Amino acid sequence: MSDNSLRLVWVYPDLLSTYGDQGNVLVVERRARQRGLDVQRLDVRSDQAIPTSGDIYLIGGGEDRPQRLAAERLIRDGGLHRAVENGAIVFSVCAGYQILGHQFVNDLGEQQEGLGLLDVVSTRGEGARCVGDVLADIDPKLGLPPLTGFENHQGVTHLGETAKPFAKVRFGNGNGVGDGYEGAYNDTVFGTYMHGPVMARNPHIADLLIKLALDVNALPSVEDRWYEALRQERIAAATQPA
Amino acid sequence: MAGNTEPLSPRAKLAVTAGKAAAAVSRAAGRGSGSVIGGRVALKLDPDLLARLARHLDVVLVSATNGKTTTTRLIAEALRASGPVVSNALGANMPAGITSALAGGSDAKYGVIEVDEKYLAGVARDVTPKAIALLNLSRDQLDRAAETRMLAEKWREGLAGSKALIIANADDPLIVWAASSSANVVWVAAGQEWKDDAWSCPSCGGVMQRPGEDWFCGECGFRRPTPSWALSGDHVLDPHGSAWPIKLQLPGRANKANATTSAAVAAAFGVPPQVALERMYAVQAVAGRYDVVSFLERELRLLLAKNPAGWLETFSLIDPPPTPVIMSVNARGADGTDTSWLWDVDYTRLAGHPLFVLGDRKLDLAVRLEVAGLDFHVCDNLDEAVQMAPPGRIEVIANYTAFQDLRRRVGN
Repeated sequence: MSDNSLRLVWVYPDLLSTYGDQGNVLVVERRARQRGLDVQRLDVRSDQAIPTSGDIYLIGGGEDRPQRLAAERLIRDGGLHRAVENGAIVFSVCAGYQILGHQFVNDLGEQQEGLGLLDVVSTRGEGARCVGDVLADIDPKLGLPPLTGFENHQGVTHLGETAKPFAKVRFGNGNGVGDGYEGAYNDTVFGTYMHGPVMARNPHIADLLIKLALDVNALPSVEDRWYEALRQERIAAATQPA
Repeated sequence: MAGNTEPLSPRAKLAVTAGKAAAAVSRAAGRGSGSVIGGRVALKLDPDLLARLARHLDVVLVSATNGKTTTTRLIAEALRASGPVVSNALGANMPAGITSALAGGSDAKYGVIEVDEKYLAGVARDVTPKAIALLNLSRDQLDRAAETRMLAEKWREGLAGSKALIIANADDPLIVWAASSSANVVWVAAGQEWKDDAWSCPSCGGVMQRPGEDWFCGECGFRRPTPSWALSGDHVLDPHGSAWPIKLQLPGRANKANATTSAAVAAAFGVPPQVALERMYAVQAVAGRYDVVSFLERELRLLLAKNPAGWLETFSLIDPPPTPVIMSVNARGADGTDTSWLWDVDYTRLAGHPLFVLGDRKLDLAVRLEVAGLDFHVCDNLDEAVQMAPPGRIEVIANYTAFQDLRRRVGN
């Protein structure tokens, strides 16, 4: 990658862009441009090949059938695997998070093979659908302020040995296993159940991805006034019973 | 076909009377029009009441994600050329509200009924409609509603055996999927700006190809049907190729599309397009939507937009810059409690307008506009926003409960 450019790939907006997760792309793009980066954004539909030379890949949430189709097409395409082998950063939400794991339950009620880029397995939860505001503490190793988001999922995600919990839930459900964890990550691949979209409420995550992609420790600060105001409001909302 | 040849049974009469009494009590207690509570009481006393009330009517059902209240009004106006109409004009569109509306129209020939998307299949079974108008389907309140494609699937299954004439939008693949299980369909090229819920073929899951106005699945044979009616600019094209001018007081492309569908429905009942369209001109504001009100020496136009497709159509009808735009967003139960949909709306279309933001979730909207690179003012309430804007016309766009709040404030 050249010093000043950032290639941002939005994976399958035709299938996985149902819950406003396009916002994650917009926030990363905006914050990278504010740091003077030359951002190239590529929206890749599911009948197109995934480019392997991207720096950051974003995958959103979607409904059950599109999720199955997305997993099938990503596995057949193979581009995302090669991008990860090349060191690309991947950030995925909800249905996108589940398909990065080893297995998930599809719309036909079958266990379906995922991409295996994250050491997690997702099943369908027995209880009520998890819907509402969430507050969680992100793994301290990542040095980020608390995570705020909105969850809306039936799935439950179990972490394997090489997946680290992304956050520990204070209010809400997250992965829904009962261990209090939300999301998962390894060195370069991240998954979360948080919508909101998650970057709009946690712009520091966008900055983290940019830093990892550029391999730098710090970025120039930008105006965060409205993000901060929104964060305070949603954190307060999550801590109050509905 | 219609007419009161078959009187209501004593039980049904009792149910109607009890429902009206409950509605009156509810009104007296200051709890709205009482139509829903009235309908609930009546349905409890006689669960078949809706079917019984509808038996005396030629019923038209109208359903969609957006535009169903307006289209119901337009069809009702058009059909009045041919006989008295009873309609749930205020948008109470679930079985209780529909029952209550029908109970109030014992002399009517036609019942023109808006139906909530989730209840369409059930209501269509109960009331044996002569016609069903299907306008569009798109994402709406995903924190509590069914997935959009699943809704289309439910419609498809529910309408499969229906004898009704289906008048359906050929430009929305989800509507075409829902309608094409029926034997009798009139296709209307009504257009649809929002495309992001139908990139995936509802039949096989293939990727949809959309060259120009056309659409087809690249993998199976599912494709846009040939329409017999069409919206073309400011005209309705009928099946004979005649063009009829659309003159509406209601603004925007979406309402021209609603008028086109309404003209096709009216024609099915023998009302010619010219007569139908002339009558539609009478419709001014629909449950407060599109109303222009004077407030603090400005002219506020009140626009309701509840979901991404609705916001997109609204942006295309507002006056150009520098007309100020006030936006108010809530996320209460009736709105859906998730505001993520704001990120599916392309707010860069508002560049050049002075923007004012309010409502319970003004901070979500503020971040959305910040990321879109727009300038905006965050305000505590409507008065503050209006006073910051210069005198003249102001466009006010709000989602459901925010819209009700604004109407109360401006005394509309």
